Parts: sequence; structure tokens; C-alpha cells
Amino acid sequence: MAENGIGARVLRKEDNRFLTGKGNYTDDINRPGQTYACLVRSPHAHATINSIDISAAKAAPGVVAVFVGQDLVDDGIGGLVCGMSVAGKGGEVNKAPPRNVLTIDKARFVGDPVAVVIAETLAQAKDGAELVNVDYTELACVVATDGADKAGAPQLHEEVPNNLALDWEFGDSAAVDAAFATAHKVAEIELINNRMVTNPMEPRSAIGEYNSGTDETTLYLTSQNPHVHRLVMSAFMAIAPEHKFRVVAPDVGGGFGSKIFTYNEEAVCAWAAKKINRPVKWTSDRSEAFLCDAHGRDHVTKAEMALDADGKFLAMRVTSYSNMGAYLQLFSVSISTLFHAFLLAGQYTTPAIYIDMKAVMTNTAPVDAARGAGRPEATYLLERLVDVSAGVMDLDPAEIRRRNFIKADQMPYVTPVVHTYDSGDYDASLAKALANSDYDGFAARKAEAEGRGMRRGIGLSAYIEACGVAPSAAVGSLGAGVGLWESAQVRFNPTGSVTVFTGTHSHGQGHETSFAQLITERLGVPIENVEVVHGDTDKGQFGMGTYGSRSLPVGGVAIVNACDKIIAKGKKIAAHTLEAAEDDIEFADGNFTVAGTDKTMNIAEVAFTAYVPHNYPEGVEPGLDEIAFFDPLNFSFPAGAHVCEVEIDPDTGTVEIVRYTAVDDFGTLVNPMIVEGQVHGGLAHGIGQALLEGCVYGDDGQLVTGSFMDYCMPRADNLPSFDVDYSPTVPEHNPLGVKGCGEAGAIAAPPAVINAIVNALGVKHLDMPATPEVVWRAAQAAG
Amino acid sequence: MATVSMTVNGQAVSGEVEGRTLLVQFLRENLNMTGTHVGCDTSQCGACVVHINGDSMKSCTMLALEAEGAQVTTIEGLAQGGEMHPMQQAFQDNHGLQCGFCTPGMVMSAIDLVAKNPNPDETTIREQLEGNICRCTGYHNIVKAVQQAAKTMGG
Amino acid sequence: MYDFNFQSASSIDDAAAKLSAASDGTVMAGGQTLIPVLKQRLANPSDVISLAGAGLSGITNNGDSVTIGATTTHAEVAGSSDVPAALRAVAEGIGDAQVRNRGTIGGSMANNDPAADYPAAALGLGATITTNQRDIAADDFFTGLFDTALNDGEIIKSVTFPNATKAAYAKFPSPASRFALVGVFVAQAADGVRVAVTGATDCAHRGPMLESALSANWSADALDGITIPTDHINADIHGSAEYRAHLVIVMAKRAVAAAG
Repeated sequence: MAENGIGARVLRKEDNRFLTGKGNYTDDINRPGQTYACLVRSPHAHATINSIDISAAKAAPGVVAVFVGQDLVDDGIGGLVCGMSVAGKGGEVNKAPPRNVLTIDKARFVGDPVAVVIAETLAQAKDGAELVNVDYTELACVVATDGADKAGAPQLHEEVPNNLALDWEFGDSAAVDAAFATAHKVAEIELINNRMVTNPMEPRSAIGEYNSGTDETTLYLTSQNPHVHRLVMSAFMAIAPEHKFRVVAPDVGGGFGSKIFTYNEEAVCAWAAKKINRPVKWTSDRSEAFLCDAHGRDHVTKAEMALDADGKFLAMRVTSYSNMGAYLQLFSVSISTLFHAFLLAGQYTTPAIYIDMKAVMTNTAPVDAARGAGRPEATYLLERLVDVSAGVMDLDPAEIRRRNFIKADQMPYVTPVVHTYDSGDYDASLAKALANSDYDGFAARKAEAEGRGMRRGIGLSAYIEACGVAPSAAVGSLGAGVGLWESAQVRFNPTGSVTVFTGTHSHGQGHETSFAQLITERLGVPIENVEVVHGDTDKGQFGMGTYGSRSLPVGGVAIVNACDKIIAKGKKIAAHTLEAAEDDIEFADGNFTVAGTDKTMNIAEVAFTAYVPHNYPEGVEPGLDEIAFFDPLNFSFPAGAHVCEVEIDPDTGTVEIVRYTAVDDFGTLVNPMIVEGQVHGGLAHGIGQALLEGCVYGDDGQLVTGSFMDYCMPRADNLPSFDVDYSPTVPEHNPLGVKGCGEAGAIAAPPAVINAIVNALGVKHLDMPATPEVVWRAAQAAG
Repeated sequence: MATVSMTVNGQAVSGEVEGRTLLVQFLRENLNMTGTHVGCDTSQCGACVVHINGDSMKSCTMLALEAEGAQVTTIEGLAQGGEMHPMQQAFQDNHGLQCGFCTPGMVMSAIDLVAKNPNPDETTIREQLEGNICRCTGYHNIVKAVQQAAKTMGG
Repeated sequence: MYDFNFQSASSIDDAAAKLSAASDGTVMAGGQTLIPVLKQRLANPSDVISLAGAGLSGITNNGDSVTIGATTTHAEVAGSSDVPAALRAVAEGIGDAQVRNRGTIGGSMANNDPAADYPAAALGLGATITTNQRDIAADDFFTGLFDTALNDGEIIKSVTFPNATKAAYAKFPSPASRFALVGVFVAQAADGVRVAVTGATDCAHRGPMLESALSANWSADALDGITIPTDHINADIHGSAEYRAHLVIVMAKRAVAAAG
């Protein structure tokens, strides 16, 4: 291993600026002549817009301009788009109702933007926004996930009869029915996967700027994927042509999925900047973020498992609704179908699986990918169902899992739901998790806790996810509008330092460090001489961004592939300089050496030679600067076993997580320190969903949990310290042997926590979030 | 508009503000000190925490004019002579930050925490950080960072 | 926020004068409640008059009672050896560390949030609220949801808490806001047992059923079997009326146990 190479716990290169207040987030940027935008938003969940009177706002002090939706339409600006076309029952593709940047005819959720006021100061923009007079006729609304397609429910879009955006099924229903008909036992569960507000700590922000001299538009914004933003806003919205449009995502304060999507406000800023020929800035309040950022999860599900006499899973059947909200965002229907159903085999050999999923539209904020995106929902229902199955069979939860695990020697394993798992040893990770958590000692701890009047429970979760999104042909065949390769450029500077351009984006993941470790490992360049650049479409060539734990499995491989091109070219240059045959040149630890001799040339010297090619091989281009694109051959499949132990105060229902043990298989770890941090954060997200976080709308469509006063974010005193360990297997199809780690905790934790609570109380099920009152009631009912 | 004067990171500063101008707006917009962040509008996330006369406070819940004459310390004022404050260093050493957005407020709160609890145990650290929300780290490494800093600051 | 005229008062009389001169003024102590309200544009005062420089901060203990100046912060109360332990614990549990460094007892009392902690302590200890005009018994002070006995132009100067033989506060925080979902303050003093409940209804109040039970038998067991009627109990997504009513008993028992 090179010093600071793969496997080293290198302290992060990016930390200095974040720790000294020198981070550069979008709201930290101010442009000369900048104006401020405030959106006028619908206070109603569902209403017809009869008229919008902007005259008073336009006359207000400091107001520069007021625009409504028709102004953008008149300029030829397209609406926001759904990027997926998923074929449902009968081959019918999901509905994708149009969405104007500023809604014109109807408001469909509380917060739906109807106008924008642009002023000299933010305070003046807000003052002006209060003067926009919108005449609404309120309509009945629908918010219930399992009520939107019922007869008589209010209809959101003409294009979406019965509010049914997609009626989808997958799997062999005949085989499943047959298995259930002959099953020894059937386990079943009805559960809700609670809606979450993603809440990265940095609220979204955008600054549009237009240069009339060059006809170029620049958009600074909080994006996980600036090139995708540029592509969508050019190709579908006609904000600006791609070659005249620069999108900059500087330091971004967390994303977790919610900053993937193209949003109304950023389109307004980019368009209006040209319209008024001045920069336009918008920064979300947290209250706006609650209303308008894409939410996550929100399924209502019934799941059943058919079991044989040995507790082997014969078949699984899932009937579910997923809530899309008022409009389809970029991934939308694919999350609750493809990214959900294709993980329903979990770590098990269940031979037949069938799912019926209805994706419905409601008068709520749009729902899309959020940390885990479909996989937490699949894992939660499966791992809850497995525990219920254990109860039905009177088996220990660990034992029923072991009986049904795909075995390591069965890899690669083709599941009945599309995926081919490449590697994994689920028995090994469970065994390690049970050992690390002292599973065998639980009974004694439970007895001790009962002596103090506390209920103690233990819960398992054996999860798998599909990451490293994604093979382009595969996702294309499933309805994606784009390819999901990644690109990289590795550029030696003449002085021997290296600048790496990646199409992924770091918003907390530490790419500037772990990607530099790849360069150090591969090219032998000291890590301090490597700079990783991302987040600017004028710098990096192209990229698909960061989500789905893809940056290292896909983007990292593109970097090392570019490194290999550098080495190949470097050999030609070194061979010429060292007067040897190219085939005799070996490269190791940053040095090109003539095999069997001490004739050697450092890669920095090769780089200098490439840029000062006075004595240079014929037919070789000057310069040392290589580009690579990588399209993965398969998804990656991180997996693991987690054990959660809780103590419950039956008098109040308070749940304390007293111990949390994670054993994960992420393949090769590039920077174990960063990986641990990703696991910790994912666990907090998953525990938050299980215990604290639940987005609630009233029946009137008003958002009840509209601030941190009512939406409970995990805080330091809600969480324990975590016991994190690994049980790696290496996927051969990934050249780096990596799998991705950013979403694992959020996927694994919810069922582990709920399984532990259910175990403590001796009840069959309770829904998330397991708030004190929910747990107290369950404890009361259980006696 | 009114004039407000205060000392920020040892420098005397003044500026023209409205009655409604928040201290965090004065820092970010008048002084262009953008290290102090705004992450919510209900005084809960703590991204805006600064020290006022030595105590940690939420600069989003304080008017600029209330800081008249005050000694204000922000994240930009911690490092001395190119050396990070022990708390800043502990956050780096323990990977106590990811996206960095909550970090300035978290560090400012943590310094006040250790000043008032020189030998905090894990429970104390977790309870005293309830006014700072982090979505990235799960707090595990933040707790470790505060423990390290408490040792170095005390010794 | 709507704009307003910011003024600093040099004394409580100066504050009263400025308040009466303003067309629609309000006084502000630490601002930890008022500023969030202003930020949401839920209030539009012409003038905000700061009490920070009015000389109202300080703690004095005369042996029979402790008097806490209106602008004394929660952190100062929590850290003062002149303050009885039960009251220090109340202050230590308000908000978070940063809010405690700025929020004040006077602001909390005057705001009378239905889930605030100090009102329970004031009722539980039989405090006296001293204003620029008069003394008001805590029993007469908290009159309803965000409503107090304060007249227009009346400003809290200090709050005096008499000593108790035994006292303790038990709070069950609302998970998100950390305000009291239910908080119960119990005290045993020379003139009898007092129990005050916050978070459960529109305003902190005495608990006569609990008081009579504890007067007869000062022990947690004395509260067994008491059922709080749910008629006027608050309900929201964090706790139904039934749950809050249950928590009143649980917290009361824990407070009695803690008081010893």
C-alpha cells in the first residue's frame, strides 16, 4: 500500500476550509448588482388560481420585477420534467403530468409556487411578495397514500385519472400464488414506511447570472449533480443552450438525495437573471425546505411470506401504495418500483416474489429519492416480515435468517427480481454481528433491565442494497432517460502535481481526500500534490453526479482508468528518454524503470518531459492529461448485518438505544475513517426514521411538521456511539473492488430498531416513528 | 437605519443596519464573514452559533443592535497564527465533520461546552450539544472530537 | 421580519416611558421567543424596546426566598449557588445551552407559553412577580394561553421564590421542540403542598387533586389510582390528551421521588 493510498486513514484535505469558516456555499456567494427573489406560494393544498394581481407588489419599494408562470411560458421556458418512463401493467408507461415552473392554473400542494418577486434586498422581496394578490378557489384535497385512487377522491391532474401515476406489478404471480396455496405457514404484516423530510443542514440556494456580452448564463446552486442540472435545464426547459450555460455547485452542505432534482426556484433564478439582466439570488428558508424540497419514502404496504415446515421462504407477496406527491420529480416512480422491488429478495433464496405497486399522486410535496431511495423501504418490509415469520415458526430471528441466506458459494446469485448479486457472505456478517453484539448474552441483560422496571429488546437487520448506479444499458431498458456512467480527467501539471476532475460531486463524502488517495495509490504522487476538482461544468468535462452510493464504485473507477492511460503514455515517454523498449518499462511507486536495471524516471519528470517535449518519442502527443469514462458492468451490492438493542421505559414509552452493532460488507475500503463516518451518518438517518422523524400532513393538506419544532431531527442525545465493523467480500466486476457505503445505515437501521422494540414489548408490530406515545400504547396493550 | 458598533474577532467594526437586521445577517452581509451559517428559522439547528462576550449564542436569534458594544467571536476568529484552535483540530483528527455546514456552529458550541464543563463525559457532551443539529455525522465522531479537545484544552 | 424601531432602555422606568410613547411597542429581554415570532411575521411592532441595559439582572437570596431579576438568563439561574436546586434544575432544562445563555426568566414568565417550564416553578413554589407597578402572586399571574395578568405598559422587574422544604421538577420533553410535553413541579413548604403542571393545558396551572393526595401522604405511591380528566388537556401529533394526562401522573410521581 502506498503511503496515503488505498486503505489509509488520511485526514480530510477539505476540512481546513470548513473548520475555519472558509467554506464556499452558494449562499456565501454574492454577485455584483445582485437582486433577491422571494417566491409567492400557495397557502392551499388544492386550489384553482382565478387571477394573480401583481400591481401592488410591482409598485413596492425596491421591487425590480414580478413574474408569474405565463411569463416563463411566453419566453418558451419548459416545465420541470420526470426523468423516468416506467412501464406498468399492460405496458402502460407512468403518467407524467406537466409542471410549469410557476404554476398557472392550479395549486396542488401547500407551497406550490405561483409567482416570484425580485427586489433590491431580501427584505424588500419578502415585503413585495406579501402584496401579490392571488385569487384562489379552494378545492377538496387528498393526502392519504392509500386513499388517493379511491372513487370520489379529488383529482389533481387531468392527465392522471384516479390520481394513479403508475399501476405496476413485477414477478411471477402464478408461482407465488401456488406457493402460498401449499405453504406450511403464512406470515403477514401491514406497515407504513413513514414520509421523511430529507433536511440537509444547508437549505437550497441558487444565484442566476447572465452575461449579455457573451450570452452566457451562470447558475450557482446547491446540486449533487451540476452537469445533470445543466442537461435538464437546457434540453427540456430551454433555460440556456448547454454550451452557453455554466452550472456551479460549490461547497454543498449535504444532499441525501434532495439536491439531485431540478427545482422551480433555481430555474426562476437562471431565467430571470437574463430577463432583468442582473444576478438573482434565492435562498430557501428552512420552512420553505419543509414545504417544497422533495420528501422521501411514504409507502403503505401489506406483505406476506409463505413458509415451509423448516422455515424456508417459499414465496413473498407485496401489495403496496407509494405516494408521489403533487408532481413527479426526476426519479419519482422508479424509486418505489425499480429501486424497491428489485431488492425484495434481500439476502435470501426466496424463489418467487410478486409485488403490486400503485404510485399515486396527492396534494403534498413531491416525493423522490432520499438516502437509500427505495432500498430502505424494501429492507424495512422484508426484515420486519422475516421477524414476523420467525415468530410464526417459533424460530430465533437469527436462525430463520441463516436458514434462508444465499450462501457464499452460490455467488454469483440470480434473484427472482432482476439482480445478480456478485459477492457476499451473509452468514459471515451475521455471525460477526452476533458476536460483536454479544447476542448470546442478551437474556442476562434483559433480566437485569427488568429488575429496574425497564423492557429490553434486541433486533436484527440483514440488509442488502444495489449501489454503484448504474449500468447504462440496464437502466435504459428500465426507463431511465440518461446513462449512468461516470467520467474523470487526470491532468498532470508540468511541475508534477495532479489535478483530477470528476463528474461526481462531494457534499460531505470527502471525495477530495479519498479520490486523491486513488491517485497516490495508482500514480505514486504525494497526496499533497493532488487536487480534486468537482462541481463546475466549466471545469469538469461531464458527469452524472453523486447519489445511489455511486461516486467511488463508478466515478472512482473512471479516475483509476484515466490513471492507467497516464501510465501507458508515460511508458512511451520514459522508454524514449531512457532509451529502452516500451515493453521493458515497468511502473511502480511513481517511477518508470527499465526492467532489471537502475535506470528510472519519476512520473513528475515524465510529466515535465511531456510538456517540454524537446527530446520526445515520435508520434506521441505532448502533454499528460487523460480522460476516461466508466460504465459499470453491474450494480454493486453492499450488505451486512446490524443488531440494535433498546431499553424502553414502559411508563413513558421512551426508547433508548443502548447498543448498536453494525457489520457491513463494502468490499475494499479506500479511507476507513471516511467510511465509518458515512456509516454513522446513515445510522442516525435510519434511527431518525425509526424513532423520531415523520412528516405529517393534516387532512386539509397543511403541513403539520413544518419546522424543527415539530419535525424531530436526531440530535446528539438521541443516539448512542456505534460499534462499526466489517466483513468484506470483493466484487470482481468492480476494478477497485468497492461497493459504496453512504446509504447502508439508513437502509439497515429502521428494521433493526423496530425489531428490537417489538422484541422488547412482545407485540407483533408498531409503525414508525416509534414515538414515546406509540411505544407507550403498545406497551399498555401488551400488558 | 441605525449604526451598530462591536468588536468581532478582536477588530472594531461598525455598520448601518435596520432594526430588524439579525446579528447573523450583519456578520454575513455587512462584514462578509460567511463562516457563520443559517440552517433554520426556529433557533434550533445551531449553525449560526457565535460567542457573545464569551458565551455561545444563536446569532440568528439576536438583533445586530443587541450586540452593540459586544465582543463577538466567530469561527473565523478561532485559529491563531495559522494554528487551528484545539477544538478545530480535534474535529479534523476525529472526522467530526462531513459537509461542513453545521460545523462552525458546532465548534463554537463545543468550545463553550468545554469551557463550562472541563471534563465532560459522553452523556454531558451529547446533552449539551442539543442545540446543534448535524445530518451527516451521526454525532459519534463529534463526541470523540469534543473529548479529545477537552483533554488538550485542559492540559 | 417587518422592520421596527429598536430602542435600548436604561431602566425599567425608561422602558415603560418608551413603551408608552411608542404607537405599538413591545419590550424584549433575551428575545428567544420574540425574535422567532418576528421572523415569522406573526407580529408587527412599531418599536422593540430592549431591557438588556435596564439593570434588571441579578440574583439575591435573603435566606427565606430568592429574588431573580427579570433579565437574568436561564444559564445564570442554573449556575447560581444562591438558587435552590429544584429551581436550578428547571432553568437547566429550558431550551438548549445557547438559548439558556440568552433567554431570561422575565421573558419566559411574560410570554407564558403553555409548554414553558418557569411558570410551573413559579406556581409550584408560590412565587411573587414584581412589576414596575405592583406585586402579583403567581396564582393570579398566569391567566390563559400566552396571557398573563400584566397590564399594558406593565413590565416584570423580578420574580421572588420562597423557600420550600422539599421541591423538584420532572419534565417530559416534546421530542422535537424540547418544550415540556408535560412538566410537573412539586413542593412541600411551610404552608402546605403545591403541585403545578405545565404543557398539559393552555396554561400552567395548580393540580388540586394531586395536592390533596400528596398533602395526605407525601409519596409517589399516593398518586396511584388518580386519573386526570382529559377534557381540557392539549393534544397534538406529539401527544394525545390521554397520553399527556397519563404523563402528568408519571411526572408527578418522579418529581416527588426526586424531591425526597
